[in-house]
Amino acid sequence: MDKNKRKAYIINTISVVSLYLVFFILIQTKVMNKYFIGIAILTCIMIIMAMSLNIVAGFLGEMALGHAGFMAIGAYSSAYFSIALMDTGIALPNIVVLILAMIVGGIVTGLVGFLIGTPTLRLRGDYLGIVTIGFSEIIRIFFINFAPTGGAAGLKGITKLVTFNNVYWITIVIIILIFTFGRSKQGRAIISIREDEIASEAAGIPTTKYKVLAFTVSSFFAGMGGALYAHYQAFVEPSKFTFMFSIEMFVIVVLGGLGSLTGSIIAAIILTVLPEMLRGFAEYRLLVYSLALVVMMIFRPQGMLGRSEFSLTKFIDSLMLRKDMKNSIGGGEAQ
Amino acid sequence: MTVLSAKNITMQFGGLTAVDQFNLELDSNELVGLIGPNGAGKTTIFNMLTGVYVPTSGDIVLNNESILKKTPHDIVKLGASRTFQNIRLFKDLTALENVKIAYHNFINYNMIQGMFRTKKFWTEEKKAHEECEKLLDIFDMGEYADTLAKNLPYGQQRKLEIARALASEPKVLMLDEPAAGMNPAETVELMETIHFIRNKFDITVLLIEHDMKLVMGICERILVVDYGKTIAEGTPDEILKNPEVIRAYLGN
Repeated sequence: MDKNKRKAYIINTISVVSLYLVFFILIQTKVMNKYFIGIAILTCIMIIMAMSLNIVAGFLGEMALGHAGFMAIGAYSSAYFSIALMDTGIALPNIVVLILAMIVGGIVTGLVGFLIGTPTLRLRGDYLGIVTIGFSEIIRIFFINFAPTGGAAGLKGITKLVTFNNVYWITIVIIILIFTFGRSKQGRAIISIREDEIASEAAGIPTTKYKVLAFTVSSFFAGMGGALYAHYQAFVEPSKFTFMFSIEMFVIVVLGGLGSLTGSIIAAIILTVLPEMLRGFAEYRLLVYSLALVVMMIFRPQGMLGRSEFSLTKFIDSLMLRKDMKNSIGGGEAQ
Repeated sequence: MTVLSAKNITMQFGGLTAVDQFNLELDSNELVGLIGPNGAGKTTIFNMLTGVYVPTSGDIVLNNESILKKTPHDIVKLGASRTFQNIRLFKDLTALENVKIAYHNFINYNMIQGMFRTKKFWTEEKKAHEECEKLLDIFDMGEYADTLAKNLPYGQQRKLEIARALASEPKVLMLDEPAAGMNPAETVELMETIHFIRNKFDITVLLIEHDMKLVMGICERILVVDYGKTIAEGTPDEILKNPEVIRAYLGN
């Protein structure tokens, strides 16, 4: 680890902790009421969803329009598990139950992602998009008709385990894991497929294997996001996980920049908070939201950050540099 | 010792026979040229040797192992790598990352170790970083390590593609028209590079080329194909005098 990396680690850790402290104080002093806390939690969940989708859409460069389906599987399987666990009467701390439920949700969803990905990833681009829409609809309709999880009425009786405190740190951990995944040799291999599949194969990368891996890892984290959602709402119903919800997540990823994880984070925050903030405009709300998307896509089609990542260290450096430059220019003029 | 051999390989696309009963034997540390007029089937032969196409009939043996049923990435692992006629780099990645991707199979850590950045991750990544930098330095491209591939000058892009092909430590390197689009000065530099890597890495080089100066200048042995058939084989001097070759290139 060189000096710059250590510096980056320290700066990021400080900013993550201080952001948490800001929220903590806001919540303690009741500046943030329950409604705002709810938005903050949903934002965290959407960050996880968008980042996990970015593994397939951004790193692998494939169109995946069925992310809501994976979220549904994660939500249902984890909720089913936690209800069963609570029924056994074993007294575990909430956070342990939540993490176990998330792991179960993640693994089940990852498995489904693996099973769906293996045959479908032979397709590319819009064809894959259509197939993923199909699968996510199948999943939704399955849950509407599946009696053990409540059918169309939804699954009730889930204990609410998610609080802002735990979801914040869980989100941070998942953000870090997806980041490190993208920068490992596996992540590099997946990115090389996006860049040029034929060249990637010729460079010795087993492309089929890595496509399926990207799909599996993406659905694993989507399942974790779904688990958080289930244990925040304490209720899951199939009608939440529609095609439109998949599109919403895809929009976040495109808007943030395909392949940019920090872009996904920023876009998830904006696109979750913005509609809520616009509630004052009542009927114009969706109009403003859609207009913002259109304007964005016209003037910045590559998304907010394109493929680059936002780096706090570089940001601070550039602020400092600007100050230095101003000083030196100012000095020059004085002479 | 024969490193790569093709025995009577034939490739048919529907009714068209692109390559007909083609034979090839490459010994270790040889520099062989494959030439022929446009549409003679050179690239098809290349694609069969690298596993992109499966020959309709015949057999290809690399290091005593048949590669007919192997995928292109398996063939890379077995020791044959290639470059492309129209450069295929990972354009939005840096030069160093391009090489690192081809070094993939020598980096040993699994996904979990990578995600949690265990000690193994750091040592393996450091090793990969150093090895790939070394490779770029051999090509005098050290200064471009952090430049995006798409921003490199054309000649450097060609060199980077060769460097990437070498990162998988091949025994046979196949270059598909490496001098395409190069000016004479760049071609001369490329000739030197090819000669240099052949000796430095002790590998066999198979070259498809249009540029006669390049082929005649560096190849020890040349195969001429036309209409999917070998029409001549020999040293550059023999090829130049061969009436069949003259007919294929200039007509009767």
